[in-house]
Amino acid sequence: MAEFSLPANSIVNTKGQHFPAPEGATNTKRFKIYRFDPDSGENPRVDTFDVDVENCGPMILDAIIKIKSDIDSTLTFRRSCREGICGSCAMNIDGANGLACTTSIADIEGDITIYPLPHQPIIKDLVSDLTNFYAQYASIEPWLKSDTPTPAGKERLQSPEDREKLDGAYECILCACCSTSCPSYWWNPDRYLGPAALLASYRWLVDSRDDATGERLDELEDPFKLYRCHTIMNCAQVCPKGLNPAKAIAETKKMLVKRRL
Amino acid sequence: MSINFRTPLSRVKGLGSAKEGTEHFWLQRLTAIALIPLVLWLAFSVASLPSMDYLAIREWLSQPFSAIVMILFMTAGFYHSRLGLQVVIEDYIGSHGPRTAAIIAVNFIAVAMGVTGVFSVLRIALAA
Ligand code: SF4
Ligand code: SF4
Ligand code: FES
Repeated sequence: MAEFSLPANSIVNTKGQHFPAPEGATNTKRFKIYRFDPDSGENPRVDTFDVDVENCGPMILDAIIKIKSDIDSTLTFRRSCREGICGSCAMNIDGANGLACTTSIADIEGDITIYPLPHQPIIKDLVSDLTNFYAQYASIEPWLKSDTPTPAGKERLQSPEDREKLDGAYECILCACCSTSCPSYWWNPDRYLGPAALLASYRWLVDSRDDATGERLDELEDPFKLYRCHTIMNCAQVCPKGLNPAKAIAETKKMLVKRRL
Repeated sequence: MSINFRTPLSRVKGLGSAKEGTEHFWLQRLTAIALIPLVLWLAFSVASLPSMDYLAIREWLSQPFSAIVMILFMTAGFYHSRLGLQVVIEDYIGSHGPRTAAIIAVNFIAVAMGVTGVFSVLRIALAA
């Protein structure tokens, strides 16, 4: 059943700790950040940090790194590249999923609320458990499959036109912003593959060098794995790389119709 | 609760693909297309009835063309709702037992209502 009543420990205590800005700070921004420590046995809470943004880098990630180093070292989050390519700093910022390192503090009016990616188990604070998400990616077998032997000493050739078909499909950084913003994924995360895995699958479906297209489509043809997508488009709206998984899913459905007509 | 040692990948793969869903997807669109002219016809016909009483509707449905299109409308309509409701159930009912029960119920109700509708029209149309 869709969860209309929430488990007791999911209720967020909105009155967590408040850390005021340092004396003399002239330009401050208020960050309200979700905190959860499974070891404490306590419910999650929202802590408020007033950050001196004059002495801070321009991005959301800069602010949370500043909070961690100057204010509260227990704040837990993932980050690595700080330039929008590793996909680790995905979180829910001001109500929309995005990358902390490419979202500018100045672009958000008023207080900035930061939650982990929605509808995933939480490991700690802003770190969600993406085990299922990664397993779904693995399940679409994201590698070139071909029964044609590799040409001796040469690469497999592809025309520039065929290469172009991969544009918009190969750039995904697996940040999970899209899947965790998708209502269909929220309701059936165990069976619906979600926009990220389906976009990855499409990347191989349209690769002219791959000859497992039919088998790939066989594997996707399922009321839950694929057909839970109802083109709600949340995925395309939040993708920090500007990709459109909804369109890739629609194209996949078209392929499935095409092969039976 | 015992610990689940199945790997995440094994859980995701689950029982594998049902190799199904495209038929459902296709028929939902097909019935949607069919319903566009059918609904327009229904609205137009009902609007141009001289009155809404039993005799007027009986007279209208006893004409072969009205009866045939009405039967088409009901068949497409109930089939389309059956498909649509199944999607809603699959979306929102997460556990297998209640989900299956709801899908069975929707199928039975849709068929029962469709057969009742078609029978009613035939009875009017074929009554000499
Ligand atoms: S378009 Fe499909 S995948 Fe994207 S958010 Fe909507 S239902 Fe999810
Ligand atoms: S499609 Fe976009 S939002 Fe989804 S995982 Fe890839 S990069 Fe992230
Ligand atoms: S830190 Fe790598 S994407 Fe943000």
